[in-house]
Amino acid sequence: MRLFEGLARLDRRWIFAVTGLLVLIPLLWPLNLPLSSSPPVRAYHAAIAAVPDGSHVLVSCDFDPAAKPELEPMARSTLRQLLAKRCKVVVVVLYQGGARLVGQIVREVAAERHAVYGTDIVDLGYKAGNEAVMVLMGQSLPNTFPRDQDGLDVRTLPIMRGVRNYSSFPLLVSLSTGYPGTKEYVQQVQGRFHIPIVAGVTAVTAPTMYPYLQTGQLRGLLGGMAGAAEYERLLDERGPASRGMDAQSLAHVFVALCIVLGNLAQWGRRRGDGA
Amino acid sequence: MKRELPLFVTAAVGLFMILSFFVPHQVVSVPADFLQQSAVIVVAFGIVLGGANLLRLNLQSVVKRQAGWPYRLVLIAGLLATVLIGLIEGRDFQAAGTRSTWIYDEVYSPMSSAMFALLAFFIASAAFRAFRIRTVEAGLLALAAFLVMLGRVPLGNALTAALPEGLRLGPIAEWILRVPQNAANRAILIGAALGVMATGLRVILGIERSYLSGEE
Repeated sequence: MRLFEGLARLDRRWIFAVTGLLVLIPLLWPLNLPLSSSPPVRAYHAAIAAVPDGSHVLVSCDFDPAAKPELEPMARSTLRQLLAKRCKVVVVVLYQGGARLVGQIVREVAAERHAVYGTDIVDLGYKAGNEAVMVLMGQSLPNTFPRDQDGLDVRTLPIMRGVRNYSSFPLLVSLSTGYPGTKEYVQQVQGRFHIPIVAGVTAVTAPTMYPYLQTGQLRGLLGGMAGAAEYERLLDERGPASRGMDAQSLAHVFVALCIVLGNLAQWGRRRGDGA
Repeated sequence: MKRELPLFVTAAVGLFMILSFFVPHQVVSVPADFLQQSAVIVVAFGIVLGGANLLRLNLQSVVKRQAGWPYRLVLIAGLLATVLIGLIEGRDFQAAGTRSTWIYDEVYSPMSSAMFALLAFFIASAAFRAFRIRTVEAGLLALAAFLVMLGRVPLGNALTAALPEGLRLGPIAEWILRVPQNAANRAILIGAALGVMATGLRVILGIERSYLSGEE
């Protein structure tokens, strides 16, 4: 009983300290826990694998540094898989605060895969307007994004030859953290322009995407860092998401333990009060 | 006339945009495209307006020395410094090595990530102090949370790897997400969609007028 009373009075700084350690230790000394892959992740991988080699693919990276640990690994792995298939990757950003981060990812992956900027991959940068921009891209992508992130006229770039609107892309990849993001692409673009969509979203958002996944409006889904790690496994990569999963594993177990201990403490206190 | 004209414009544009969804002919699609392009421009102006409003409200708070005014001062300084540096650097503000990119990489990015990372600590603390199982519903919620949290990470799967497929945490978590969670989520989605349609109709028909200077 004294143990429960002690638990009830536990200073929350102890919880913060244990959480910090449980996240930090596996990052420094990885546990290399085995990863499996769930059906939505396998469907995401398969949808990209099914895109004809060399075709154009539109990737909408709608996230900022807050979602970096979850969505950056997804973006990097997706770009790698697409470039390995010699796909022409057109990247856009509709989320404020994300353009610089996405630009860095595009440049780094392009350099790593020896992709030529403007020929194999292009970053069209950020455009304000949320759903209106999504619909406008369905009319004309070069009109919606007349210049790329560096201010170059997109009509002069070899990659944009033959790109008109969504009909130029066999697949849209939406990596998003909130509004505007995957939900808006499904509502505004998928229903109207009938383009197949796969999505990568934060763990918090992932459950809200399951209705779209079940109806086939999304062909595949990566949910949070777990989804990114499973995708890395399918690509035979050991990237940042896979490394982060050890830390997330211990943190999840600790949160579960906190629920149990918190309730035991409450139960002990009630019994004490009753006595 | 002051009220009737905006109501008429709203109704006309609303009905026209609905029409454009069903009629792809250029008589409808060209003006609809123009309206959508205009919307993008209006949104861009909205960002400027939002910034100006933020500045005005926070300046007022600083002048009146309201609670937390030093934080507001930091906000104003950060806002003005970022905008001024961007204006001085001109069109190349996003080029490598500029002060704007330094602000993004060294200030905005780590602060934004840190804010999100703090959630892990608060979730753990809240789980301990606030997640009380007092009813059957709360028990079911806790059980579902338990199974999904452990089933979504490799450790949970490793712990149940020896069990038959149907009893492993990974497939159980996936089933919870795919079936009960999905059913509840779909009901919320359909309800919200009906609400959006009803509100849209109310705006188009001029019943909902709160967007006109806060008038009911």
